[in-house]
Amino acid sequence: MVSNGDLVDQPQWAGVDKEFLAAPVKSAVDKFQLLPEFLKVRGLVKQHLDSFNYFVNTEIKKIVAANNEIRSQVDPKLYLRYKDVRIGEPSRMVDYVTEKLTPQKCRISDITYAAPILVNIEYTTGSGNSLKVQEKRELTIGRMPIMLRSSCCALYGKDEEELASLGECPLDPGGYFVIKGTEKVILIQEQLSKNRIIIDTDKKGCVQASVTSSTAATKSKTVIRMEKEKIYLYLNQFKTKVPIMAVMKAMGMESDQEVVQMVGRDPRYSALLLPSIEECAKANVYTQHQALEYLEKQVKPLPYASTRTEKRASSILRDIFIANVPVHDNNFRAKCIYVAVMLRRMMEAILNKDAMDDKDYVGNKRLELSGQLLSLLFEDLFKTMNDESKKLIDTVLGKPNRSSLFDMSKYIVRDSITVGLERTLSTGNWDVKRFRMHRKGMTQVVARLSYIGTVGHMTKISPQFEKSRKVSGPRALQPSQWGMLCPCDTPEGEACGLVKNLALMTHVTTDDEEGPIISLCYCLGVEDLELLSGEELHMPNSYLIMLNGLILGKHRKPQRFATAMRKLRRAGKIGEFVSIFVNEKQHCVYIASDGGRVCRPLVIADKGVSRIKEHHMKELKDGVRTFDTFLREGLIEYLDVNEENNALIALYEGEATEETTHIEIEPFTILGVCAGLIPYPHHNQSPRNTYQCAMGKQAMGNIAYNQLCRMDTLLYLLVYPQRPLLTTRTIELVGYDKLGAGQNATVAVMSYSGYDIEDAIVMNKSSLDRGFGRCIVMKKMVALSQKYENGASDRIICPPREGYEAERMQILDDDGIAAPGEIIRTHDIYINKQSPTVTRGAPAPNLPDSKYKPSRQTYKGPEGETAVLDRVALCTDRNNNMNIKFMVRHTRRPEVGDKFSSRHGQKGVCGTIIQQEDFPFSERGICPDLIMNPHGFPSRMTVGKMIELLGSKAGVSSGRFHYGSAFGEPSGHADKVEVISETLVKHGFSYNGKDFIYSGITGLPLQAYIFMGPIYYQKLKHMVLDKMHARGSGPRVMLTRQPTEGRSKNGGLRVGEMERDCLIAYGASMLIYERLMISSDPFEVKVCRKCGLLGYHNYKLKADVCSTCKNGDNISTMKLPYACKLLIQSLSDEAHAFSGGL
Amino acid sequence: MESTDGGDEERTTKGSAWDLPDLPTGTLPPHIQLQKTRVVCNKEAPTNTENVQYAGAYAAAGVDNTVRLDDFRENFRVEVIKLTEDDMEFDLIGLDASIANAFRRILISELPTMAIEKVLIANNTSVVQDEVLAHRLGLIPLNVDPRLFEYMSENDTANEKNTIVFKLHASCAKGGSRITVKSEELKWLPNGSEFLLAKGNSASNQDSKQKTYTSFSCSQDSLPEFADNPIAPKHADIIIAKLAPGQEIELEAHAVKGMGKTHAKWSPVATAWYRMLPEVLLLKPIEGDEAEELVKKCPVKVFDIEDIGRGVKRATVARPRNCTLCRECIRGDGWEKLVALRRVKDHFIFTIESTGALPPEVLFTEAVKILEDKCERVITELS
Ligand code: SF4
Repeated sequence: MVSNGDLVDQPQWAGVDKEFLAAPVKSAVDKFQLLPEFLKVRGLVKQHLDSFNYFVNTEIKKIVAANNEIRSQVDPKLYLRYKDVRIGEPSRMVDYVTEKLTPQKCRISDITYAAPILVNIEYTTGSGNSLKVQEKRELTIGRMPIMLRSSCCALYGKDEEELASLGECPLDPGGYFVIKGTEKVILIQEQLSKNRIIIDTDKKGCVQASVTSSTAATKSKTVIRMEKEKIYLYLNQFKTKVPIMAVMKAMGMESDQEVVQMVGRDPRYSALLLPSIEECAKANVYTQHQALEYLEKQVKPLPYASTRTEKRASSILRDIFIANVPVHDNNFRAKCIYVAVMLRRMMEAILNKDAMDDKDYVGNKRLELSGQLLSLLFEDLFKTMNDESKKLIDTVLGKPNRSSLFDMSKYIVRDSITVGLERTLSTGNWDVKRFRMHRKGMTQVVARLSYIGTVGHMTKISPQFEKSRKVSGPRALQPSQWGMLCPCDTPEGEACGLVKNLALMTHVTTDDEEGPIISLCYCLGVEDLELLSGEELHMPNSYLIMLNGLILGKHRKPQRFATAMRKLRRAGKIGEFVSIFVNEKQHCVYIASDGGRVCRPLVIADKGVSRIKEHHMKELKDGVRTFDTFLREGLIEYLDVNEENNALIALYEGEATEETTHIEIEPFTILGVCAGLIPYPHHNQSPRNTYQCAMGKQAMGNIAYNQLCRMDTLLYLLVYPQRPLLTTRTIELVGYDKLGAGQNATVAVMSYSGYDIEDAIVMNKSSLDRGFGRCIVMKKMVALSQKYENGASDRIICPPREGYEAERMQILDDDGIAAPGEIIRTHDIYINKQSPTVTRGAPAPNLPDSKYKPSRQTYKGPEGETAVLDRVALCTDRNNNMNIKFMVRHTRRPEVGDKFSSRHGQKGVCGTIIQQEDFPFSERGICPDLIMNPHGFPSRMTVGKMIELLGSKAGVSSGRFHYGSAFGEPSGHADKVEVISETLVKHGFSYNGKDFIYSGITGLPLQAYIFMGPIYYQKLKHMVLDKMHARGSGPRVMLTRQPTEGRSKNGGLRVGEMERDCLIAYGASMLIYERLMISSDPFEVKVCRKCGLLGYHNYKLKADVCSTCKNGDNISTMKLPYACKLLIQSLSDEAHAFSGGL
Repeated sequence: MESTDGGDEERTTKGSAWDLPDLPTGTLPPHIQLQKTRVVCNKEAPTNTENVQYAGAYAAAGVDNTVRLDDFRENFRVEVIKLTEDDMEFDLIGLDASIANAFRRILISELPTMAIEKVLIANNTSVVQDEVLAHRLGLIPLNVDPRLFEYMSENDTANEKNTIVFKLHASCAKGGSRITVKSEELKWLPNGSEFLLAKGNSASNQDSKQKTYTSFSCSQDSLPEFADNPIAPKHADIIIAKLAPGQEIELEAHAVKGMGKTHAKWSPVATAWYRMLPEVLLLKPIEGDEAEELVKKCPVKVFDIEDIGRGVKRATVARPRNCTLCRECIRGDGWEKLVALRRVKDHFIFTIESTGALPPEVLFTEAVKILEDKCERVITELS
C-alpha cells in the first residue's frame, strides 16, 4: 500500500491538478484544454441545470401567460390577470418570518428546498359599476422545489469558499432536488421524437408512418398504415381505420389526380396508391362533403355527450389529426401536403426497405429532462389551481349577500401547487390527467454511496420501454451513440442496454425560438408551400425544408441553403444548438431547434485544416479566451446526431483529409463519467468495462467534502482514501482525484495458499493493521418526540442512575438523549422517552408521572460490533415535532469475505489474511498488500489492469502520476507501455514488471518472476458483517409454524427442493425427516383410522374424537408437519375430503 | 535436484558425461556444484532455487552433504556494510536460507516493542473519529527500550513496569487558524494516568487518594534508565490530526509491550529483508561496441569498460553487488549466452530498517537470542 501518510482532507490536492491541467501542449494542437473549459462553463450535469433554468426563466412565463386570466362566470366583469411570474429566493415562512434556505439546512432538517413562485396580478374589486382595477405585486402562489446549482439556487455562482460556508461540497454537481430532506433526481427520460414522421413496420410487418404530435394544446398519435395494399389512417378518435383517400377528400383534396401529383408522379407510387383510390370510390366518397359524412360515421362517440355534436369529423381532422401541423382559417393544404409527404415516405420504404426509419437511432430520440417534466406538471397544477380559484370565486359571488369588499386575490388557492409539486417529486409518479400522462418511477433518491455514483446518477437515462421486453434491438449498441451516450456504462441483467448514460461532453438541448428561424429560412430562398402546386413539391433537385417536423417549403439549392444556415449559426445569428441536416435520400433539409436533442461540441475544420490554432489554445491557457469565445468565433460548434451525418469527423488532426469537416476534441469523451475512471479501458475486453461501471458506484470512499455533516440513512466511508496512481483525464475533470474511492495496493500476481481460487484475494495482515481497506459505516436512527391531539406530548427525561435499568442507560446524558462519542451496544437505550397513556380527548395539560408510559428506543446492532454514537442532531420537522437523529458509526477493518475490486471489473472476496512474515518479499524488501491469482487474467482479458500495474509501478518509482485515458496514446493522455517499461528499467526494475521474489515461508527464491506493482483497489459495500447469518432455534411464522425467512427476521436456512432431491437420491431418509419435520414444524394430530379424516382431542371428555364418525374408537395419533395439516384442513374447507389411508 | 537437465547445463559447463571421472574424486563436478551453490536467474524464470538438504544427496560423487557445526563455525562470517542510527546493511555469509529467513521473520513479528494500545479519550471534537485517532496513535513508534518493560496480561493492572502513559491535550483557539497536531505533543506521564476512575468503584478506600486508570508504585522517571532519557515518540513530526478553530483533543494513551504478530504496530522494524548476493558473469569476453552496449544497458552500472590495449574495449563486471536483477543485460537476442546472472545461495545481504525503539544492531542480536531460546525450548522438549 502506498500510504499518503496524511489526512483525508489534504488541501494541496486542490492545487496539484490545476497546474497539471495547464501543462504544456503536446500534439500538433492539443485541444484537451478545451475540456476543462467546457466543464467549467457547463458543469458535469449541465443538461439538468440548463433544462431547469430554461423552465424557471422562460417556460414558466409562457405557461402563465397562456393561462393568465381568471374571470368570474357569475360576474364576467370581475377578473384576475397574471401579469408576470418569477421564482424567488429559496426560503420558507416560519412564524410569519421569511427564512432563507440552504440545501444543507433542508437535508438536515427534512424540509423541501423550495422557493416561492411570485406573481404580479391585476384584478378588479368592487361590484356593479364601481369597479376598480387593482394591482398586487409579488404574490406567492406556491412553492417550487429548486434544483441545486440552478440559477434560482442559493448556490448559484458561488465559489469554493462560499460553498463551504454554506455547508455544501464544492465538487457536488447539483442537478437534483431536496424534497423533505431526501435528495431526489429526476431521471433523464428517453423518448421517440415528437412531431416527426417515423416509418417502420407494425407487428404484422405492414409498413406504417406514424407521427406523435405534441403541441401546447393537444397530444395525439397519427398512424397511416398500408394494409393489404390499401392505405388507412388509424386515429384514436375514429372507431376503426379509415381509408386515407377519404381523409384527403375530407380535407378538400377532391381530385385524385392532385393527390397522386403530391405524392409524386413516379408511376410506381401511383400504382401503390391505386387500390386506396379504388376503395374510396367503392365507398362512394367523391366529394369533401361525402367524405366528411363518411368520416362522421366512423367517429367514436364521446362518452358523456348525449347529443352528437355535428361536424366532429372536421374538428378532429383540424385539431387532432397530425396536430402539429396548424390549420389556419380552415386551410387544410398544409396538412394535405404533410400527409402526402408521409405517404411518399411510406411508399419509398415499401419499394426500398432501406428507407425505413430506425427507432433506435439516437437522432430519432429525444431526452426529456427535469425542466420539461416539471413544466408539464406545473402547467397542470396551475390550470387546476385557476379552475379551483374560479369555482371558489363563483361560489362566493353566488351568495346573495356577500360582504361589500370583495378581494379576488384572496381566493387564489395557494397550497395545491406546492403540495402537488412536492408529492410528485417525492413519489416519482407523474399523474397528469390533462396530458394523459401516467408514469411511475421518474425520480430516484440520489445514490450517495460514492462520489462517482452520485455523478453517474445524474447522467443516467431511463428507457422508454418496459424492462421486461425481450428485444435485442433497443438494447444493442447503436453506432449513432458515438460521443453522445457512453458505450460502456449500462447495467447488467434486465435493464441491460436500455438504461444508458450520457457521455462526458454531451449536451442536451432546450427549446429554441422557431419564429426567427422561419423568417430567416424564407429570406434565404425557401419557397412557401402555399405558392406551390402538388407537382412542384417533389421536383428533382428541389429539397423540402422541414423545421421541427413542420414543412416550411422547398429550396432548389439545398446545399447552399444549408451552408448559409450553418454560417449564420457559427456567427451566432441563430442559436448554437440549431441543427441543419441535409438528408439526400429523402430530399429534405431538416432544421431542428427543439429541446431534448443530444449534441456535442466539435472543432470545425476547413478542408481538413482545423480552425483551432496554437495561438488559440495559448490564449485559452492565459485566460483571455473561454469556451464560449471559441463557440462565438466559430471555431467550435455543436452537432446533433442528425447533423453528424453531414459531417466527416476526423479523430485526430493528423488524420484529416480534404473532405474532413470536423475534428474531435478528444476521443476519450465518448465515454461517460463512470467509464472514465478506468485506466486503459481500450485494452480491456468490453464487458469488463461495463462491470466496472456498475462496481465503481458501489466503491467506498469519500462521497463529498461535507460527508461528515450529512445525515444519510446509510453512509460508507473509507478511512484513508487515495487518488489512483494511474489516473485518467476524466478522473481529474470530474474530481475523482479529490474524492477517491479506493487505495493503491501493491499487488503480486501469483498463487498463494489455495485460499485464492475463484478470484479470492489473499491479504497481508500488516497492511490491514496499518489501515488498508479500513472503512466507516454510519447508520441513522431517528426518534420523534410527538405532540398529540389533546395537547399532551412525549417527554424525554433524565435516566435513572441506579436500578436494574441503569446499566442499559449508561450512555444517556442527563437530558435523556445518548451522548455523542459513547460506545453503544446492542440493547442499549439511546433515548429515554416517555409517551402519555392518553393521547386523545379532552386537553390534559399537566399530566402526572403516572400518566406516562416509557417508550424508550433501544439500539439493535449486530452482536460483536462495537458501534459508536457519532452525532446527535435535533431539529423540528414539518409538524413542529422535535426530531432527534442519531448517527451510529462503526469502523471496520477488512475481514475474510469482504469484497474488493480493481478498476477492471475484477471483483473478488478476501480469501484469507496472512501474516506479513509469511508473505513473499522482493529484492528491495517490498512486501505486497494483496495477492491476486493469475487465473483471473486469461479468461477476463483485462490487459488494461496489467498496464495499470506497470504504469503505477513506474509512477511510484519516478514520482509522477501516470495517465491511462481511453484512446489516449496518440494524443499523449495515456503513457505508452514502451515508455513505462523504459522508466521501470531506469529505476532498476525489469521492463516487464516482474520481480525476483523470495518466499516468506521458506526464505528461498520463488521459481518464477512475479508480476508485482501497485493497482488501485476499491472496497465494495458488500461486507460479510452485514450478510453473515446463522441460527439455531428462533422465530417462526404464525401461519405455518415454520421458521421465518431472511436474515432480518433471524430466519432459518432453507433446505430447498434441490437439496431435498439430493437427500432423496442419497437415501438419507432420517435426515430428510429431521430437516423437514422435526426441526421445522412438527405437529401431533389425531386421525381416524376408519374414515381417514382428522379428529381432535376433547379435553373435557379427555378422549379423542373423530368428528365425522362421531366416536373415538379408531383414533390414532401421528406426527405431521404443521404445514401439511394446514393444507389438509384448507382442502377440506374447499370440500375436498382428504383422507389418509392408515 | 540430483538429476541433471542437459539443456540447462550446456550453457554453464562444457563437459559431457563422458568427461566425468570414473571414480569419485571427493569433489562435486562443476555443474552440480553450480546447482548446489547458485540460483541461476534466466530470462524466463530463476532455476535451482532450492537448497539441497539431504545429507547423502551427493554420496555417489563421494561428497558428504551433512551440515557440520565445525564447518559452519569456520565459514560463517558477518560483515557490516552500513550502519546508521536506524538502518543497517550487513552480509551474512555461509548460512542456510532457512536461518536467514528465521531471523527475518523474528525481526518482523516476534521482537517486542512498546506501542500505544489503549487510548482514553476525554474529549475529541476533531474530524478524526475516535477509533481512527486511536489507530493513528498506535502506529506511532516510541523511542523506548522494550526490554525494560514486562508484558501486560489480561488480569494485570497497569503499573510502572508494564505501561507507559502519554497525555495529549491540543486545542485550537477560536478565531485562529487551523493547527496540526503532531506526535511531539504526546507528553509522557511518568507518574501514570491522571484520569480518575469513576467514583463508584472506590467506595472502600475513600481515605486513600483517588484511583486512576493505572496504579504506579513509583514514578517512572525515578528509574535510572529514564532519568536522563525521557520517553517520547521517535519522530516529533508525525501528523496525528488537524484541528479547526474551536476543536480540541484531550486524551491519554497507554502504551504496552507487544509483538508484531499481534499487530503491526509492535513490529520493531519498518521492514527487514535480505537478498542473495548477486553474481554476474561474462561467459565470453565482450569487446568493442557490444561492451559499450552492455554498459549502457545496465541501469545500476554493474559493468565497466576496461581498455585492454590497442584501443580494444572489454566489458568487465565491476559492481555485481548493485545488480537489481532487472534482466536488461540478458534481454535481447543472444545476450543470454554472453551474460549469466546468478545468486549466491549462502550469502545474504541483510537489511534492517528499524522504527526507532532499538538500534538495528541490537535488534539483530535480540533476534538471535530469540532463535536461541526457541532452539533451547525444542531441545528441552525433545530430551
Ligand atoms: S540484471 Fe540488470 S542490474 Fe543486474 S547486471 Fe543485468 S542489467 Fe545490470
